[in-house]
Amino acid sequence: MTMSTNETAQRLHGVMAEFDSAQELVDAARQTMAHGFTKVEAYSPVPIEELNDIIHKKRTKLSQIVLAGGLAGMATGFGLQYWASVIEFPMNIGGRPQASWTTFIVPSYELTILFAALSAAIGMIVLNGLPQPYHAVFNVDRFSMASSDKFFLVVESADPKFDQPVTAEFLRSTGAKGVYDVDE
Amino acid sequence: MSTVTSETFAAGGSPLPGMKQFGLMAGVLGVVLIGAGFMTSSLDRFYQAYLVAYTFWMGVALGSLALLMVQHLTGGAWGVVLRRPLEAAVRTIPFMAVLFLPIVFGMHSLYEWTHESAASDPVLVLKAGYLNTPFFLVRQAIYFVLWSGMGYLLTSWSLEHDRTGDPALVDKMARLSGAGLVIYFLSVTFAMVDWTMSVNPHWFSTIWGMLYIGGQALSAFAFGITVLVMLSQTAPLNRVLSTHHFHDLGKFLFAFLMMWAYLSFSQFLIIWSANLPEEIPHYLVRWDNSWKYLSAFIVVGHFIVPYSLLLSRDLKKNSAKLRVVAIWIILARIADYYWHVAPEFHKDGFSFSVFDVALPLALGGIFISIFVSQLAGRSLLPVNDAGLEKALTHHVH
Repeated sequence: MTMSTNETAQRLHGVMAEFDSAQELVDAARQTMAHGFTKVEAYSPVPIEELNDIIHKKRTKLSQIVLAGGLAGMATGFGLQYWASVIEFPMNIGGRPQASWTTFIVPSYELTILFAALSAAIGMIVLNGLPQPYHAVFNVDRFSMASSDKFFLVVESADPKFDQPVTAEFLRSTGAKGVYDVDE
Repeated sequence: MSTVTSETFAAGGSPLPGMKQFGLMAGVLGVVLIGAGFMTSSLDRFYQAYLVAYTFWMGVALGSLALLMVQHLTGGAWGVVLRRPLEAAVRTIPFMAVLFLPIVFGMHSLYEWTHESAASDPVLVLKAGYLNTPFFLVRQAIYFVLWSGMGYLLTSWSLEHDRTGDPALVDKMARLSGAGLVIYFLSVTFAMVDWTMSVNPHWFSTIWGMLYIGGQALSAFAFGITVLVMLSQTAPLNRVLSTHHFHDLGKFLFAFLMMWAYLSFSQFLIIWSANLPEEIPHYLVRWDNSWKYLSAFIVVGHFIVPYSLLLSRDLKKNSAKLRVVAIWIILARIADYYWHVAPEFHKDGFSFSVFDVALPLALGGIFISIFVSQLAGRSLLPVNDAGLEKALTHHVH
C-alpha cells in the first residue's frame, strides 16, 4: 500500500543536524532553545555537562528517587534488626538493652547505601526509558558516527514549532555540517 | 593561556586587606577578652582554653599541609585553585610553633602525668617511659621541625615553579609529598596523643590520631572554602572561580564531614560495645551530667545539620551559602575540640569561662593575620601549573 505525502510527513521523527565539535553542538543547542523549540535532543560521543542544562530545563527526579531509596534502606535495616533482637528473638547480650540502637546504626547505614545505590542505578535506567530496542535516530546512516567523533542535534516532530523545511533550514543556519530527515 | 604570568593573578586589589583587618580585630577582641578572663577566671582555665584553640588553628595549618601533599600526588582542578590558600596556611606553621610555648609553660596545669603524684599511680608509672616531660619536649621539637621543614620545601619549590616552570620541581614536590604524607600521619597521630589524649593519661583510644587527621582535613577545607569565596568576589579571581570549583570543594567538605562522623562514631561504638572500665569513663563524663547538652550539640550541630545542608547540589554550587556552612563547620570544629578537652577538667558538668571564647578568637586573629600576609606575597594561582588551564576552562570537557 502506498502512502500519501501527508502521511509521510506525519511519520517523520524529526530533523537531525550534524556537527564536528562539542562546542559547535553547544552553540547550536543554545540557538535552538533560544528560537523556542522544546522537543530537542542531543547526541554526543563524550559527556558534555553544560549541554544538559541547556536542553533539559527540568531537573531530573533522580536525586529524589535516590533519597527515597536511601531512607527506605535505613528503615529496612533498622527495622530488620529491631524486629530480630527485640520482637522475634530477644537475647541478653552483656546486659545491653535489647533495642541497642547504637549497634543498629552500622547495618542500617550499609542498607541505606545499598538501597540508595540500587535506586540510582535502576532509577537512571528507567528514567532514560531503557531498555529501548528501537529508536528512530538509528534510521539515519550518519548517526553511527555519534559513537565516534560527530555530534548531533535532533528537533523532534512532536515539537509544536516543528515544520520540516523551515526547521531544517534553521538548523543549517546554526552551522550544521549536514541536516537529515529522521524517519519514524 | 600562554600569556599568564604571576602578575596576572597578583593579590593587589583583592579583599585581602579586609581579611587582614578582620584578623586583627578578632585578635584584639580576643586579647581584651583574655584580660577580662584573668579578672574572672584562673590561670588553669587559660591553659585549658589555650590548648583547645591552639589544637584547632594548628589543625587548620596541618590539614592544609596534608591536602597540599595529597594534591601534589593526585592533581585535580580543585587543588589548583586551592593551592595558594593551602600554602599560605602551611607557611604559618613556623610562627605557630612559637605559639606552642604557652602549652609548655602550662604543662603542669594541663597534664596530670607531670605531677609528682604520677610516680605513685600504678597506671601512670607504667606509662612514664613515654609520658615524661623531657621526652614530651623532644617529641614536640621533632614534630615542628618535620612540619615546618616539609612546608618550607613544598612552598619554596612551588614559588620557584611560578618563576621558572621547571618540570623537575613538580617531580620533586610529588616525591616529597609521597613520603611526607606517611610522616604527616605518624607525626600527627603522636602529636595528638601528646596534646589532647594525654589530658586524661588513664584513658586511651587507638583511633584518636585518625580522628584528628580527618578533622584537620575538614577544618582545612572549611577554612580554605571560606577564603576562596571571599577571593572570588573581586579581581583577579572573580574571572576564574566558578560554580564548578565550589561544587567540587563542597563535595570534599561533605566527604570529610562524613569521614569525621564515621571516625567519631567508630570510637563511640567500639567503646560503648566493650563497656570496659578503663575506656567508658570518657563517654560517661560527657553524658551523665550537663555535658550531655554539648555532646548532643556535637551530634546535631557538627553532623546532622551540615550533613543535611550539604546534601543539596544547589547549596554546594552557591558560594555564598557554602561559605555560611563552612564557617558553621569551623565553629563546630572548635566546639568539638572543646568537648574533647574541657570535660576532663570539669567532670561534674558543663563549665564555662571567658577564656573559652577569648582564646579561639585571639589565636584565630593571629593565625589569620599571618595567613593573609603569606597569601598576599604571591600570585593567587600557581601560574605554571600544568593543570591550570584545565582548571580554568570548564566549558567543554
